[in-house]
Amino acid sequence: MATPKIGPGSIVDGWQIDSRIHKGGMATLWAVRTAEGDPPLIMKVPRLAEGEDPAAIVGFEMEQMILPRLTGPHVPRFVAAGDFRTLPYIVMEWIQGQSLHTRLPDLPLPPDEVADIGSRAATALDALHRQQVVHLDVKPSNIMVRPSGDMALIDFGLSHHLQLPDLMDEEFRLPYGTAPYMAPEQVLGDRSEPRSDLFALGSLMYFFVTGTRPFGDPQSLKGLKKRLWRDPVPPRRLNADCPPWLQEIVLRCLEVNPENRHPTAAQLALDLRTPDQVPLTARAERMEQDGFVTAFKRRLEVDTILTVKRGPAAGEAPIIMVAVDFTTTGDAAADAMRAMIRQLMISMPRARLACVNVLRLRRIGLDTTLDEEGEHKHLQRLIELRHWARPLELPEGSVTFHVLEATKPADAILDYARSNHIDHIVMGARERSTMRSLLGSVSGEVAAEAPCTVTVVRARTDEG
Amino acid sequence: MQIAFLTDIHSNREALSAVLAHVAARPRPVDRFVLLGDYVGYGADPQWTIDTIADLVDKGAIAIRGNHDEAAIGAAHGMNAMAASAIDWTNRHLDKASLQFLERLPLTAIDDDRLYVHADASAPDRWLYVMDGEAARRSLEAAETRLVFSGHVHIPGIYGLSNIGKLTPFKPVPGIAVPLLAQRRWLALIGSVGQPRDGDPAAAYAVYDTHSAEIAFQRVPYDVDRAAEKIRAAGLPSGLASRLYAGR
Repeated sequence: MATPKIGPGSIVDGWQIDSRIHKGGMATLWAVRTAEGDPPLIMKVPRLAEGEDPAAIVGFEMEQMILPRLTGPHVPRFVAAGDFRTLPYIVMEWIQGQSLHTRLPDLPLPPDEVADIGSRAATALDALHRQQVVHLDVKPSNIMVRPSGDMALIDFGLSHHLQLPDLMDEEFRLPYGTAPYMAPEQVLGDRSEPRSDLFALGSLMYFFVTGTRPFGDPQSLKGLKKRLWRDPVPPRRLNADCPPWLQEIVLRCLEVNPENRHPTAAQLALDLRTPDQVPLTARAERMEQDGFVTAFKRRLEVDTILTVKRGPAAGEAPIIMVAVDFTTTGDAAADAMRAMIRQLMISMPRARLACVNVLRLRRIGLDTTLDEEGEHKHLQRLIELRHWARPLELPEGSVTFHVLEATKPADAILDYARSNHIDHIVMGARERSTMRSLLGSVSGEVAAEAPCTVTVVRARTDEG
Repeated sequence: MQIAFLTDIHSNREALSAVLAHVAARPRPVDRFVLLGDYVGYGADPQWTIDTIADLVDKGAIAIRGNHDEAAIGAAHGMNAMAASAIDWTNRHLDKASLQFLERLPLTAIDDDRLYVHADASAPDRWLYVMDGEAARRSLEAAETRLVFSGHVHIPGIYGLSNIGKLTPFKPVPGIAVPLLAQRRWLALIGSVGQPRDGDPAAAYAVYDTHSAEIAFQRVPYDVDRAAEKIRAAGLPSGLASRLYAGR
């Protein structure tokens, strides 16, 4: 397993080596192209010489195993791998864009921008978690921003594919990760918890909004374990511009027990996109760390503080969207809709409900929010939505309300479902009427095009 | 090359039929069958099972011997009472040609970078159970090939051994291909066709792709009622019927 001779100008398995882009502790990155002159790709070559970090080898094996199985815009596209015994390398897409690391000189960033970065990164994590992979090394340098604005996660050397052997787990006694961002359970050796990535993203958002790392950059296991009992200084203490809702979200990400964090990355992304609907708890108002005595007590109990339960699969903490249509629903129809929602929410207590109503515009391009009448209508609909959901008696924080303005309800519902990673759409059937035969049914269109499950609810009738 | 691994069929006609049908329906045809032993014992269809296996061997399958196959042609030493009584019954229900077929089976076979052995490769004729990391390491260290494929334990599993001696155990997820990375050595325990013991009553088998070096474990539900009913009707111990339902 000798390190192959690779240098500018050399050709390896048909890949023409251009230049070295990066030399890290674990691997070297080269810009490569095929002879035909396609756009340049990245070749990652592990550092395998004697005396190198043994994690470099295992990390490379893990990446070689995981990357070819990943798809979508939130990861680099896998292109090829070399034979490990003769010439170990991975060739992948060269993502055109900068990593979040390039933003460090600009910290602290405005809170809205941090929330925007956080929500796009959470969306990328959601895509990864849905493919059964926990990243376990989320940090600014491992998040690339594509020209489209989509974020892509890179470097899967510490990752764990929950359906494949975890080579890293057996190999090392000490936890592997990046000290400022590592979740408490990861410090203790748990490598199967998707919510570890939410903790890391919370650390990143904390850093970005305050300019300070929440747990510093400890260099010892003892230092790493401090985050199990010592809570960080609340962000608002460090940056008065940080709004309570952002502190609420960031500190929830940084909860020691993963059970107390957002159940999924998709739910975190939804919170970051809807600041006005984040339920504020005591976290939002904190201005001081816990007192010395409280922290010291936790320190004494540090071994029992974290009894990690297995994280819920995304299916157990879905975001359910209910499209409420006030124009056609009678009492029986509304009751049937609520009965359906109640069943779903009871069987999945960690689910989030997004109540959505479409305010139909007559013409395209009319911006009703600028017009007083439009604003009134919008607000009125929001009130009606809350009223509609009231009998459900859902705990605050598990439900949000949205009025969409659109000319075509089906398109609005589908757009919303796509951009918010909705897992399940519940909507009513249009009543039997000439309207339906003329216009077609919205639910039919949604059911045909939706990226997820659609349940169409109709109150039972005696006719046919 | 796509290789289908079947093991621990144990005279279960319904399970073997279901697995063979599942293999035949795969989008990519299988190029070779490898049969890792224990064709008979426990179940009620030894003669049909041996006929089917012998037919596969005629068509190019590699078959090796298991402890129940050995017992069926000789003395049932070291077996519990239930297994031993099933072996006596089996012996009386096999024709001479089948007994001769079992007698000719080798204990191990080497095929490129793969060793096929029913139980522990460090002592193939002692029928030791590879139930933990220590046993897996012993078996891997005794083998001269990079990969070892075994049965005997009736529970699917994979163990990876790195070149610095670190062992990674893994419980495979049905239908998810696991790459047997070239820089490590691997032991694959295929799981049982005819008497699964991991709590899932469905028949187990696996397919290994020599090109991608990936192994995918599969589960196939079969008519347990019928297999169990035949065991009872044959007068075999009823525990052999009931355990098929529990997959234990």
